[in-house]
Amino acid sequence: MSRDVAFTSRLDALVAWGQKNSLWPMPYGTACCGIEFMSVMGPKYDLARFGAEVARFSPRQADLLVVAGTITEKMAPVITRIYQQMLEPKYVISMGACASSGGFYRAYHVLQGVDKVIPVDVYIPGCPPTPEAVMDGIMALQRMIATHQPRPWKDNWKNPYEQT
Amino acid sequence: MNKLETLKQNLAGKFKIENYKFIHAVGDDVLEVPKEDVPALLLYLRESGQFDFLMDVCGVDYPNREKRFDVVYHLFSSKDSSRLRVKAQVGENESIGTVLPAWKGADWFEREAYDMFGIKFDGHPNLRRILTHHQFVGHPLRKDYDANLQQPCTSSLPIHFNNEPGSPGDVLNDKYVPLNIGPAHTAMHGTLRVMAEMDGETIVRCNNEIGYLHRCFEKMAETHPYNQVIPYTDRLNYCSAPMNNIGYCKAVERLLGVEIPPKAQAMRVILAELSRIIDHTIAIGTGAMDLGALTSFFYMFGLREQVYGLFEKLCGARLTVSMTRVGGMAQDAPEGWFDEVLALCKEIRKGTDEMASMVLDNKIFILRTKNVCPVSAQDAIQWGYTGPLLRASGVNLDLRKAKPYYGYDALDFDVPVGTTGDIYDRYLVRFEEMRQSVRIIEQVCKNVPGGDYTIRDKGIVLPEKKDVYGNIEGLMNHFMLIIKGLRPPVGEVYDATEAANGELGFYLVSDGSANPYRLKVRPPCFAIYQSYPTVVKGAMLADAIATVASMNLIAGELDR
Repeated sequence: MSRDVAFTSRLDALVAWGQKNSLWPMPYGTACCGIEFMSVMGPKYDLARFGAEVARFSPRQADLLVVAGTITEKMAPVITRIYQQMLEPKYVISMGACASSGGFYRAYHVLQGVDKVIPVDVYIPGCPPTPEAVMDGIMALQRMIATHQPRPWKDNWKNPYEQT
Repeated sequence: MNKLETLKQNLAGKFKIENYKFIHAVGDDVLEVPKEDVPALLLYLRESGQFDFLMDVCGVDYPNREKRFDVVYHLFSSKDSSRLRVKAQVGENESIGTVLPAWKGADWFEREAYDMFGIKFDGHPNLRRILTHHQFVGHPLRKDYDANLQQPCTSSLPIHFNNEPGSPGDVLNDKYVPLNIGPAHTAMHGTLRVMAEMDGETIVRCNNEIGYLHRCFEKMAETHPYNQVIPYTDRLNYCSAPMNNIGYCKAVERLLGVEIPPKAQAMRVILAELSRIIDHTIAIGTGAMDLGALTSFFYMFGLREQVYGLFEKLCGARLTVSMTRVGGMAQDAPEGWFDEVLALCKEIRKGTDEMASMVLDNKIFILRTKNVCPVSAQDAIQWGYTGPLLRASGVNLDLRKAKPYYGYDALDFDVPVGTTGDIYDRYLVRFEEMRQSVRIIEQVCKNVPGGDYTIRDKGIVLPEKKDVYGNIEGLMNHFMLIIKGLRPPVGEVYDATEAANGELGFYLVSDGSANPYRLKVRPPCFAIYQSYPTVVKGAMLADAIATVASMNLIAGELDR
């Protein structure tokens, strides 16, 4: 009976549709933004509605790294290794002022933006961002995946700590 | 006879007190001594029972002085809740004896003073960097270190252990398996790192490393005017941000010698107790999650969101509210806010009871937590525990009762005290504290005093916006305060409040300028977490995870 139904799509569009609706975020919550990200996961805002359901704390099982919180110089080698361990395709959201630029910590031990060590796809402003802003960021990333936006920052990335 | 005279008599004959200076300033008792006497003096003060807590050790840098550093010890007595500050001067190339024989809790505080200032402590077995990374050069809290001089770190330290007497230090034993947990690990709450040597499932020895979230709070405070430090304090313990605001503002107000109006006090009490509730919800929710119960997390966050809603109505922000100002509150509560708080109290009470039955009566939870890694009262005091963890160990100490502020003495509430100090007791105490906080909020909300929400001293508080835009005097006052900054008199003060995790102390040194000369935070979980390797030694790995969760470690205040 269903033989009469034809379903046409380009394969890459179909794959992108699947990818965008099944993001598996790995919350890298180091500070205040981590707590706010837990709120986004929590009952009121419920990130699951956006197909970003299963928070995985293993880089091998996640395709979206949510950097939620300040990254210090001491933490930078760790997050770089975590990013490297993630499998392709992988995306990075920088949540909040600290992760995006160091925030108001122009200080000796704070990395002035996580994009100094790993490539970032979406920056979410706020200190910490409201849950609504986080959802907006995730939807922005979903649009990027669906429309195959080129991500040159990712292709040009080199691990700053690579031993040569 | 005041405390200082008694102390003078007690010390006479035992120490050369003619070299000592006994000072009473801004309400604090201060004792200045030569550095050679410090270890013996502090040991005597503890053993004679005059002061049983070492709350904090910190350094202060005076680059132009002959002996550059002050090493400051904050002592506290749980008997009469009196405090004593012992200060000793140390030169750049000199060292001072460690007070580890008197208090185990001096360990990390001395390491921090070494890391931040380069002050060497003789006899300290592990005098290595604690907050900054291992490739860091120099000591950042010295006045000649630029706040914005970042130093990249290229690697993480391998597994390492403490050099306690009789232990092999960093040398690993072939028989045991080295295991690294964190800093990016579910159970390690983001930035904690635990390194263990395992014999099967049993921890033979263990070490923890911190500093992965060292955001230089104290350096930032030194480079910002007093009111601009308030947002930074928000981000210390970000689970209960208003309490940090209150603690900081209270310290500055004491240095200024001003008292805030009754309405501001009432609002601060309400904010603080709401924060205590949401802090405990996170501690319990994530704690249960670390034991495998996801439901509690969702349940607790439902409750937390409702409190966030109230914060949002009050000031527009959810997590980092920055609601207090030096001299009072930033703005008045909106119409009907106190009634909404009262309405929420009913929900919190109901929710707390439901959660308590869900968690505390759960057989799995009981089996995982009862008699697991208990801490005795003596040990807790030795390590410098405060707050729910100290009370779970059976010590009845709550600053709201021992040294009441903001009218807590007029309120009717109980301080829950545990017996064994195991993990179950810690949660039990937290649940009961939530109920008591609801009681406090209801009493305060039912009769909020009228009047202003802030003092109106033009040198301290900005005028209201209608004056700034409406008349020239208001505009001038606004400009003057913004340009000149509020300037407390020269002096120093240590002020503590009972935060959700325990005693949150602010040691503030003012040189009369618009920025604090030195601001040292005494974070409650810093003292608690340093006991962790000892507490979990010989326990199972899974119990160690449960212990981390029950300590409610907030990296923001741990690493600052």
